[in-house]
Formats: sequence, C-alpha cells, structure tokens
Amino acid sequence: MRLSLNLRWVLVALVLVAGYPVLAQVPYDRIVRAAAEPQNWLTYNGGYFSQRYSTLSQVTAANVNDLEVKWMVQNQVFGAWQSNPLVVDGVMYLTERPNDVMAVDAKTGAMFWLYRYTPSDKARVCCGANNRGVAILGDTVFMGTLDAHLVAIDTKSGRPIWNTEVGDVNKAYSITMAPLVVKDKVLVGVGGGEFGIRGFVAAYEARTGKEAWRFYTIPGPGEPGHETWKDDDWEHGGAPAWITGSFDPNLNLTYWGIGNPGPDWNPDQRPGDNLYSDSVVALDADTGKLRWHFQFTPNDGYDYDSVQVPVLADMNWRGAPAKLMLWANRNGYVYALDRVTGKFLSGTPFVKVNWSSGLDERGRPIQTPQPAGQPTYPGNQGGTNWYPPSFSPRTGLFYFAAWDNYGTVYRKEESEYEPGRNFLGGGFTVVAPAAGAPTVGIGRRGPINNWTDEVGHGALLAVDPQTGSTKWRFEQFDVSDSGMLTTASDLLFTGGREGHFHALDARTGQLLWRASLGGQIVMAPITYQVEGKQYLSVIAGNTLVTFGLREARR
Amino acid sequence: MTMPRSVLIILGVAGLLAGAPERGDAQGSQDHQYTSQDIEAGSRVYTAQCALCHGVNGDTVSGIDLRRGKFRRSISDEDIAGVIAAGVPAAGMPGFTLRPAEVTAILAFIRAGFDPSGVAVKVGNVARGQELYASKGKCATCHRIAANGPRTAPDLTDIGAARSPAALQRALLDPTASMWPINRPVHIVTKDGREIRGRRLNEDTYTVQLIDQDERLVSLNKADLKVFEVGKTSPMPSAAGTFTADEVADLVAYLLSLKGMQ
Repeated sequence: MRLSLNLRWVLVALVLVAGYPVLAQVPYDRIVRAAAEPQNWLTYNGGYFSQRYSTLSQVTAANVNDLEVKWMVQNQVFGAWQSNPLVVDGVMYLTERPNDVMAVDAKTGAMFWLYRYTPSDKARVCCGANNRGVAILGDTVFMGTLDAHLVAIDTKSGRPIWNTEVGDVNKAYSITMAPLVVKDKVLVGVGGGEFGIRGFVAAYEARTGKEAWRFYTIPGPGEPGHETWKDDDWEHGGAPAWITGSFDPNLNLTYWGIGNPGPDWNPDQRPGDNLYSDSVVALDADTGKLRWHFQFTPNDGYDYDSVQVPVLADMNWRGAPAKLMLWANRNGYVYALDRVTGKFLSGTPFVKVNWSSGLDERGRPIQTPQPAGQPTYPGNQGGTNWYPPSFSPRTGLFYFAAWDNYGTVYRKEESEYEPGRNFLGGGFTVVAPAAGAPTVGIGRRGPINNWTDEVGHGALLAVDPQTGSTKWRFEQFDVSDSGMLTTASDLLFTGGREGHFHALDARTGQLLWRASLGGQIVMAPITYQVEGKQYLSVIAGNTLVTFGLREARR
Repeated sequence: MTMPRSVLIILGVAGLLAGAPERGDAQGSQDHQYTSQDIEAGSRVYTAQCALCHGVNGDTVSGIDLRRGKFRRSISDEDIAGVIAAGVPAAGMPGFTLRPAEVTAILAFIRAGFDPSGVAVKVGNVARGQELYASKGKCATCHRIAANGPRTAPDLTDIGAARSPAALQRALLDPTASMWPINRPVHIVTKDGREIRGRRLNEDTYTVQLIDQDERLVSLNKADLKVFEVGKTSPMPSAAGTFTADEVADLVAYLLSLKGMQ
C-alpha cells in the first residue's frame, strides 16, 4: 500500500507528538475489540471477558474428523508446559519454562526469534517453574518471571526493552501468570502463597515499566478488612494472585482471583476471615482502588485458592439483562455474582462437598470441618483449580474441568514464618484405596496410571448458570488440568492429563473427535486463523501441536 | 545409569524449583528415636526435594540405595545431613538449604526404609523365606521372579526395592486391602462376544491394557466392550492363619532380598 505524501507527514507528526508509535501493531482498541478479530488470540483468556469463546466456525461437527496435524513445536525444557499462546496477525507468541519467549510463524511453526531470561537461582515456587504466557500492547510483549520481575520484549526483535522488579525473590515472590494489559498499563499479580508472602496485584506503565499502582490483597493497618487478621498475621498471610484477571471496559473494573491464606492448612493460627484471601476483588483499572470484593472461603484451612479465571458474561438473570461473573471455585461451588456490585446471586456444589453444609443468603459458607483423620471433599487440589473455563454465549453454558470424588485428610500444626521458606501449617494425604498405594498428584506422575480413578477422576462439566445445575458431564478416567475452548460452531475443545485432545458437541457433550497426543495437556487450547484457514493449537507434554482441516485433494 | 554431571545439576535445580514439600515443620527427634510424624513428614520432603534425582525408591543414583541404607561415604546421620547441606559437587548434587526439622524428617524417612507408616516389622531369615515361597506358600503358582514363574500376578523381581518391610507384611496378611488398584483383576466381554480375564496394567478414558490368563498383552477400546468389571478382591490368599508370625517374617525377608537386576 502506498500512502499519500500528506498522510505520511501526518503520521510522522503524530508519532512525534505522541512520542509513541501510533502505528503500533496492537493498540489498546484492538484488545477491547478482540472479539471482532477472531483470527487472533490477543489475551491469555482470548479477550477481556475471559470467555475463551471464538466466533470462528470453519471447523464444525461435520468436518471435525478432517482435522490433521499441520505443525509442531518441541519444547526442550523439562516439566509441565502450562503456557497459553497469543496469536497476532499470523505470529504466535509462546513461552516455555522457566522464562523463554518464542515468536513463531502461526502457519508453519517456524521460529522468528527466541528470548531466554534466566531467573535468579533463588526463585522459589511451590508447584513447578511454570510460565503461562505473555500479554501484548503495541509492539511489545510482557512476561512475568519466576523471580518476580516483569520484562518488556520487542515483538519484532525479541530483545528486552525494560525489566522491573515486581517482588522480592528472597521472600519467594514469583510470577507464573500471563500479565493483563489494560489501556496503557500492564497488570500482574504474584505467587508465593506457600511461602508467607503478602500478595498484591500491581500495574506498570507499559512504556517505561514504572509502577502505576499496587493493590495489596491483604489490607494494611487502618484499611478496611485489616481487622480480619490478628496481630502481625497480615504481614505474611499469603493471598497471592497467580492467574490472569479480567476487565470490563464499560465499568472500568478489573477482576482478580486471590489465593489461599498462609499458613495453608492451619486456620487456627490466623483467626479471622483473612481478607482478601480466597476472594474475587474488583479494582478500578486506573487507580487499583478496591470497589468491591466477595470472599468464597473465609479462614480457609484447605488451600482453596480462588485463583480461577473470572469469566464475565452479559446475560439475563431472573428475566432481566444482567452483568454477571461466573465462577467455578476450588472449594467445590459454582457461583454467579453481579459484577457491578459484587452481590452474590447463586452458589451450587458441583462435586462432593463436606467442608461446608451450604451457603447462606449472602453466599457465605456454613463451615463443617471434618474430624481429625477424616477426609475432606473436595481435596487439596480442589473441585477445580486454575484451569481456564469457557462460556459460550450461544449455548449459554459454562464449561470447566472438575475433580470428582477426590478427597484429602488434612493435618494442622503451628508454623513459624521465615522469609523465603515454606509456610504451610501442616500437611495433607490424598485418600487412597490402600495404604501406600499411589495417589493423584500435582501433575501426572507418568504414563502408567497406577493410582486409577479410585483416588478421584476428571469430569468436564457443562453448567447452566441460571440454575447452577450440570446440564451434561463428560467423565475422564484420570483427573484433568486442561482448560476449555468453545467456538461459534458449538464445538468444545479440551484435553486432560492422559494426553487426549478431544472435541465435543458443546450442546450435548457428545464426543465428536479425538487425537491421542501422548503427553499431559495442562493448558487451554486456542483457535485462530491465518490466510482464511482456521487452526487449533494445544500443548501436550513437550509438544505444541497445531491442527487444521485437511485440504481437498486435487 | 550414570548421568552427565550437567544433567544432574539441572535436575537438582529443577527439583528445588519443582516442589515445596506438602508439609512443613516436622517434630524434632526425641531420645534418639524418630517419631512417626518425622517419618511421615520426611516422605513429603523427600518427594519434593530428593526424589527427582534419587528416585522414588532412593536407588537411581549409582552406588546409592537410600532406602536400604547404602551410601557412598556416609555412615552416621550427621554424615548424611552434611551431604544434604553441602551437596556433592563432583557428582552433580547441589547443596540444599533445608531447615533442621526438614533434615531430621528426611533422615527419619531414610532410616525407616521409606515407609511412611513407620512400622517396625520383624524381618526373618531369607533362606527359610525362599523355601516357604516355593513350598508351603505356592507363591510361584502365580508370581514370577526374574525369568521364572508365570505372569499371572505382579512380577516380584525387584519387589524388595519397591516396597518396605511393612508394606510387604501388609500384602501377605491382607492382600485385598493392600492391593494397588491398578493390579485389580478385570473381567471383560467384548461386543463381539470375546470373554477376557486378566490383570489390569493401565487404563485411560478410552482404553484399557491388561495381561490375560494366557499371558497375552491386550489393549482394548472401552467403546468395544459389553462388560467391563474391575474386581476388588485379590485372587491371592492371605497368609494370616496359615502361616506363623515367624514364617511371615521369613517371607518378608526373602521378598526384601529381591532387588531386581543388578
């Protein structure tokens, strides 16, 4: 395309005036309107509402059996690969553990560049050197690091632009989530809930890396909610934020799920509700000021992090249009909240629950702690966890991975806080059919499933938010940490620890197609389009596999 | 298997990053005796910090078998604690910064032979146990050791490396309650009328793998099955009642001596 001379001068002038490249590839407006360009996958959760629903519809129930492998990228790094790629105008931005970023041709898998950041060897994380992806704004991608830095990287050259310390690695702050860009800021939260951190969500100027605001997930002295902690418990009470939040541009609110209080398993050691642990917080996107909160599990003794993705949906509620937030919680209840006010609308158990006998009219659980030595349901990894759900506006159903019939026996003890050290307050044992028999763990233990479904199993649930009831369920033999993807052709794509990548009818749960990829799927599949052709990408084991429809033979 | 030093170092670091122990403080040792809490806590710390390189059974680094108390240099608990703290750089083992209670827990776990239940089990005479295995026990009717015996029941070639004395005793006295679920007997009828009985080897959402009564490896799609039953009762008779306590101890001793291919 040739620009007229005048227009070119105008553009140059604009660049000079703004001091920022207005021709930047992904301005904020594009992210707000991500749904209008389904060929791309612009945020961790596919858009600010985090629905992981794509309007692409080339792949359908009628042709899903024609999916074939188009290309693969092999990861050279040991460990579970939880990353979620972005796709922008034919380029895929992908991370691998601990902190590599790759730019890959989304059509062929060929690599443009690879950026390697080596985190400090002091980095401490509870559950693996994970990284779940990058955020993009303009010509920059942003990655949080295992040693709690935020790094800005040029999308074209793969070279770092700035690097800001977000948290102190010596106190076991870490970042495993993909950041969230809102307007001209990069929002990120920190991990460290097993190490006695004081959690926070913070915003950084995208251009400079300068901190714009910080919201502590544990209120300090004088702030509302501080009274829910005793003595100095608030200083090392955990409440991390390690999964990407959501954003409602009209309300200018950004929503974040907050993790467990510390020490994890000894609630007696930290009397009080322990706000804002196990809560969702709604923050003013410009200032980080708290607008409302809702706590799912007060004074949690089960490690029921509420670090699920806040899924935003505009739909009718009791006959009237409403702005909702849908939430399948680690504590075993699936919730609907009013996302304008935080008002509790409904909460329904979706797996076996015995830590509480129900919720009161304000959504507060009636806790029923089990006697010492007796199993608690759901178990420590929860009824669900961080695995990204999906909401399809077409089916009106909410999809997520559940762990059914999975329980653990908890043991509490006093723990003393020491900076950078585990701060757990006891332990737990997974309920197994025989003493010493293998149990389900954080991540698949190997190709032989010698723990079996007797210690719990996976179930993909399709829940009707209007009633909280499960409309259909798809049972799996092993548990699943896989996220969900729905499309406008009413397909649901997901995986599981067994390495099967399957496509289901999103309305009925009927299995339509599957591929055995031979390694655990611990991320959510994405879909995108290049040159008019729809692709699906999923990571299994050490391999990212991209599928597309078989071309008609001539 | 020996690993290049660089790989070991990477694995060591990965182990540090990969896992917080699932439990924290252990009780301190008292009167020179580790408590069952120590041992149990140690199993968690071990799994998180040590198992990646040393293996679930403590025997994947050549020349070392932690579970059976075989070390390269260490003799005392103090020696082992020193190695944990300083590492063995020449062998690729990094030093670990653990709190004293965690070191105590690991020692307890190692000294208890990796048995979280921490039961002191009487271990008898290997030769008498071997005789009982062949004669009164009729164990070789179903079990296999090295290349000898049928494959009907799980292979015992390295059972002494894979199980603690307490677990072996439990398995002898109460086979049904101690059977690992993966080993359960299965009864299958396919939609085309084929009947199959065998022992389960692996299973996932769509398929099941087993060894049938004729010792064939069989893999089936569940969608092709009319009947798929997983039995909860072990086909193995209990030693309780038929064997004396001393005889059980001898069998435990023999099974413990089965360490696999050297």
